[in-house]
Amino acid sequence: MKSGRFWAWVVFALGAAYFFIPLIATVEFSMRMRRGAYSFDAYKVVFGDPRFQATFGYSVLTAVFTIILGVLIVVPTAYWIRLRMPQLRPVVEFITLLPLVIPAIVIVFGYIRMYGSNSPLPFLGSETGANALLVIGYATLALPYMYRAVDTGLRTIDVRTLTEAAQILGAGWGTIITRVILPNVLIAVLSGAFLTFAIVIGEFTMASLLNRPAFGPYLQNVGANRAYEPAALAIIAFAITWGCMSLIQILSRFAPRSANRPN
Amino acid sequence: MTDISLSDHAVAGKTAPPADARSMRLPTQWLGVAPFFIFAIMFLILPTLYLMLGAFRNDAGEFTFENIAALAQPSIVAAYWISIKVSLASSLIGAFAGLAIAIAIVRGGLPEWIRSATLTFSGVASNFAGVPLAFAFLATLGRLGLATVLLNVLVGFNIYAHGFNILSFWGLTLTYVYFQIPLMVVIIVPAIDGLKKEWGEAAATLGATQAQFWRMVVIPVIWPSFLGTVILLFANAFGAIATAYALTGSSLNIVPILLYAQIRGDVLHNAHLGYAIAFGMIVITGLANVFYIWFRTRSERWLK
Repeated sequence: MKSGRFWAWVVFALGAAYFFIPLIATVEFSMRMRRGAYSFDAYKVVFGDPRFQATFGYSVLTAVFTIILGVLIVVPTAYWIRLRMPQLRPVVEFITLLPLVIPAIVIVFGYIRMYGSNSPLPFLGSETGANALLVIGYATLALPYMYRAVDTGLRTIDVRTLTEAAQILGAGWGTIITRVILPNVLIAVLSGAFLTFAIVIGEFTMASLLNRPAFGPYLQNVGANRAYEPAALAIIAFAITWGCMSLIQILSRFAPRSANRPN
Repeated sequence: MTDISLSDHAVAGKTAPPADARSMRLPTQWLGVAPFFIFAIMFLILPTLYLMLGAFRNDAGEFTFENIAALAQPSIVAAYWISIKVSLASSLIGAFAGLAIAIAIVRGGLPEWIRSATLTFSGVASNFAGVPLAFAFLATLGRLGLATVLLNVLVGFNIYAHGFNILSFWGLTLTYVYFQIPLMVVIIVPAIDGLKKEWGEAAATLGATQAQFWRMVVIPVIWPSFLGTVILLFANAFGAIATAYALTGSSLNIVPILLYAQIRGDVLHNAHLGYAIAFGMIVITGLANVFYIWFRTRSERWLK
């Protein structure tokens, strides 16, 4: 097995090179703004840009609403499917996988044609409506990840017993979902939420086609017009993605290990 | 599935809680999943159906195959072709490189921290796509990128003089590989973990060599999930637009960019042709996913 280990190191080193060289190059490029010396000028310019602040703020807010909408749709459904309608599970799972099949650009194209200002449901007739439509679009993009995260979380708790216990104590459905089920799958929900955040924060296609002042179109715009700022933005975006993934990993340590499964 | 508890009987019938008496059951049952289905129908299924039907209609609303036939014009065929080539190349390269890395970290006898670090990094890199990824590759392999400059200064090899261009098929493929490899690693590592130690021991007991063990046990077991993941990677690359758009503007005419331009400004001067392009994209990613699901169900048999 000695030669096996040698080749494993070779493969690992090649992979590490492919993945780290672009990061190093991007960091290096982002610091080249001042002639002849490395500096953080590009970052200063980026952070000082009011459009950066505005678009980033907009995207963070959109992400938060997306997460809320996603939780509102996914948690009750996944719970209900587990509790009462397991026969619907394949249908629901199939639907939640559709956003992986239908490209985002096609979904948003459909929105533009169906919900334009002359349609019966004129989402795109007003600012608020367009913002809502963007949140809705993002919620569909996040659906596969959110559903899987929540469903995995539900698998680790005994939904039926918890529900019956709550019912015996006189709880209604609203109370059961918000005060019994949600706290028990909170870690799973949060994992889904951070993944949603990572996907949504720099999303370009939907935001651009719905003409929303989001971070993704801003990134594209800077990329088309500036030299060093894009590299700085790439590093910032990488750091955000890294942050989200680390939070998911940290959270997963607190997640309960399958409570009611033999393995 | 395995939690056969007393409470199962409650649902099974007679001792149902008073809250949902028999007569009330059907409507309330469906009420629980109604928001999900309304959402999915309104914002996922209907918009897609609308485009698919639009692909078979003309301006007067009559049924026609003209739009689909119009896809055969050279510029659109070229766009589909280059999209398919980029997606295929990046998914195959990503899949084999990802598989090699996965095997190296799981079975290569590397220290444990390398495995966990690689998996963490893969989680990040597989989600690092879109516009920022394009920036990173411009900073690396663009005309002034670090790798370009270093290769020129240190080795005296000017990649641009030798036909490389980041705004080309290979440039885009190499960039897509950055999220394809980690995605492969994330998906295939559990499959390789699923190879039980006992199988290796059993094979060795029966006198199999290492090569025979790989050829007759490992590859057949991993094969379905590998192929399934290749297809997933393909669909993943095929629908992507942000990276390509930020990297090449519209100089590389892949299908999503063509559709993007069509939605923005009707560059094809035929609204229904836009529907037909969208329809074509759904057909290709849809077919890919049908295969994916098929391979997935086959591989799950082994990976319990």
